[in-house]
Amino acid sequence: MSFFTRGFEGRRRDEAPEGRVPPGQYLTEGFPVLSAGPTPRTPLEQWTFTVESGAEPVRWTWDEFQALPRESVTVDIHCVTRWSKLDTVWEGVSVDTLLEAVDHDASYVLAFCDGGYTTNLPLEDVTDGKAWVAFGYDGEALDPEHGGPARLLVPHLYFWKSAKWVRGLRLLDDDEPGFWESNGYHLRGDPWREQRYWGD
Amino acid sequence: MAGTAVLGRLTTGWQVAEVVDVVKETPRVCTLALSADGWPGHGAGQHLDVRLTAPDGYQAQRSYSIASPPGEPPAITVERLEDGEVSPYLAGELRAGDRIEIRGPIGGWFVWEPALGGPLLLVGGGSGVVPLMAMARLRAAEGSDVPARLLLSSRSWEDVIYRDELAALADAPAGLEVVHTLTRSQPEGWSGYARRVDESLLREVAWPAEAGAQAFVCGPTAFVETVASGLVTLGYPPERVKTERFGATG
Repeated sequence: MSFFTRGFEGRRRDEAPEGRVPPGQYLTEGFPVLSAGPTPRTPLEQWTFTVESGAEPVRWTWDEFQALPRESVTVDIHCVTRWSKLDTVWEGVSVDTLLEAVDHDASYVLAFCDGGYTTNLPLEDVTDGKAWVAFGYDGEALDPEHGGPARLLVPHLYFWKSAKWVRGLRLLDDDEPGFWESNGYHLRGDPWREQRYWGD
Repeated sequence: MAGTAVLGRLTTGWQVAEVVDVVKETPRVCTLALSADGWPGHGAGQHLDVRLTAPDGYQAQRSYSIASPPGEPPAITVERLEDGEVSPYLAGELRAGDRIEIRGPIGGWFVWEPALGGPLLLVGGGSGVVPLMAMARLRAAEGSDVPARLLLSSRSWEDVIYRDELAALADAPAGLEVVHTLTRSQPEGWSGYARRVDESLLREVAWPAEAGAQAFVCGPTAFVETVASGLVTLGYPPERVKTERFGATG
């Protein structure tokens, strides 16, 4: 006999459009904040974005970054703490655009951020139109609490992979666990396969 | 903040836990003491996942901080959010003898143990006190003399979670220093703080930056933002300020 919880009915079952909310998630209208420490605040004139590979790193200032081709994307996002938010609207630069600036044969990237936060991703999870460095949210500049001035946006993975306050990408031959990935969370984090924790 | 797992182990799957006791902490907050045979143990500050299943198979999952110290069975303290789906059930409907499914422990960052030293600064907003209480209970259980101070913001005296136990921890030798602030209403004759935590209040209550304290801050997002940036302004290195935030996600 399968387990059920006495007296629990559940209220939210009809809210989620079919196929949009991964298992174990629920919809939120808000935009909860989750981070491990204080919110860093880097002035835009000191902000740079760097792609590091074996060769010389490539670096953009804020103004140079803003001059890159930008895209507007509407995506669903899924946090490992179980909220999902549909049809969020972002503006940013495709990671494909950034990687065009370097010659490399890397298989993984480690995103690094203000505050020391890092997260690791297979290259194929951030290429072919799957990832952006976003600086706009819902028509406004991205709020510092939500990762501004710029955060990674990798919407097909749990949202901790969309690293806040991102300052660069390090191209690597081998996978290297990032911050949450060293603290019990899954190396890849596919919400549709519920890859939340070590061992999932 | 190099990420080092303090409790590196795979997270095991869902297991059935029995509710052995329901303790009413405040009018809106309950502690559920659980019994789970396969519980692997936990660190102070970690959380667990709860899964509820309706008779037709519909499921809802949420995460809750663990209130009990390491070495004891897991207990969670749940604030009832009226428009929530899970918390009104956990902190209203659930009775001793009922069973729920749990998974954990989870999280290796927001964790304290006496060997990490101190001084220890705990700053909680409302039910954000829960993981901090696991740390305070562990400190007492191990007889640690690491200097420790808790600043707890509650709406009123009736809303102070663990009020009597905090008083007992404060009275113990080398006890936890407890500082309350009551933001909405205060009992007659109240001489303590009666305002929201801000930088000036932190300046009065927190260890000075030179003390090299380790801070743990937990509460609603706006509270944590204010406290964490306030501590950094006072000179705390950001890597000495660990935060856990929650929205009203019910």
